[in-house]
Amino acid sequence: MNTEILLKSERCKGCGICVSFCPKKVLGLDTLGHCSVINEQACIACGQCELRCPDYAIFVDKKVGA
Amino acid sequence: MKERTYEKYFRQNRLPHIWCPGCGNGIAMKAIVQAVEMRGLPRDKTIIVSGIGCSSRASGYMDFDTLHTAHGRAIPFATGIKLANPELNVIVITGDGDCTAIGGNHFIHGARRNIDLTVVLFNNTIYGMTGGQASPMTPLHKKATTAPYGSVDRPFDACNLAQAAGASYVARSTAFHVQHMTDMIAEGISCRGFAFIETVVQCPTAYGRKNKMPDPAEMMKWMRDNAVMKTAWDRMPEEKKADKFPIGVFHRHQAVEYTEAYSEVITLAQEGGK
Ligand SMILES: Cc1ncc(C[n+]2csc(CCOP(=O)(O)OP(=O)(O)O)c2C)c(N)n1
Ligand code: SF4
Ligand code: SF4
Ligand code: SF4
Ligand SMILES: [Mg+2]
Repeated sequence: MNTEILLKSERCKGCGICVSFCPKKVLGLDTLGHCSVINEQACIACGQCELRCPDYAIFVDKKVGA
Repeated sequence: MKERTYEKYFRQNRLPHIWCPGCGNGIAMKAIVQAVEMRGLPRDKTIIVSGIGCSSRASGYMDFDTLHTAHGRAIPFATGIKLANPELNVIVITGDGDCTAIGGNHFIHGARRNIDLTVVLFNNTIYGMTGGQASPMTPLHKKATTAPYGSVDRPFDACNLAQAAGASYVARSTAFHVQHMTDMIAEGISCRGFAFIETVVQCPTAYGRKNKMPDPAEMMKWMRDNAVMKTAWDRMPEEKKADKFPIGVFHRHQAVEYTEAYSEVITLAQEGGK
């Protein structure tokens, strides 16, 4: 895995914008309706989720050295 | 994880913000602080002024000197601040109702005077805070609690209005085009004069639900599919323009700025009105 995904769940309102814009189906909503990472391996660190989240609840970086 | 330097501009203990899941206001608020950072504005010389509405709640989350004023009156408060201390950077956050309904006169006269403010209109085309009444910017035939059969009132184009009234800089962007939005705001900050930026934002709750678009991501995809960059818009045949709208910079014209004009009045008065 070359990417690091940080969720600030206390900010997430489960709007699904990140899920909808993720091109690799990395994200989903859990039973409480919060964003959760369901397939981290597939993440390409495109940053779409972070760019579009209206609640600043998800952050993605390429792993250092990767 | 790299530090997100724009986070320092938020009052961390106030987050999460009050806005509904998927509300576009959060996207526009982040674009403003990123534009402030891009322009390197000192925090103690930057004032955020807002009116009343969901959009105007933004000032409460931004870690600057902020003023949450009365409905429609953000521009007059901002005018007072700027005149009292012209070296301040004054950014106004307003809604489509706040700016073009109750505050419509303040808006056109702020533009007419060409006072150096950066006015960011969060346009969700509805009165969000009060539950979805039609605003002067609700598109034709769209539904609102006050227009259950669809609005027949012709909407304002706030960008045309700002330009006609005398603004120095006029631009539009959307919550989908978030980097473009940041650039549009940053350019407005650099302008010495009345800078107006309309940011189209989604209100899934009060607007989307009534208009068959309750999903915020779908509303953003609608922006992606219907906003057209100005250069392409200008070349577009009329018949293809239906339902589409232009984004980008519409107007740049450096006219005399109001606090500069007013400084002459101050000098004259100090010389004893000669
Ligand atoms: C003098 C006055 N009149 C009416 C209201 C009620 N009111 C509060 S917000 C609002 C409209 C908000 O719409 P908009 O400016 O588009 O902001 P939004 O909530 O959509 O962001 C109205 C009519 C008020 N607060 N004060
Ligand atoms: S976009 Fe943000 S708030 Fe919405 S579900 Fe994803 S992480 Fe949560
Ligand atoms: S960075 Fe891109 S691929 Fe990775 S989770 Fe976010 S949207 Fe999906
Ligand atoms: S009512 Fe609309 S504008 Fe207000 S917070 Fe909810 S989604 Fe945002
Ligand atoms: Mg509104």
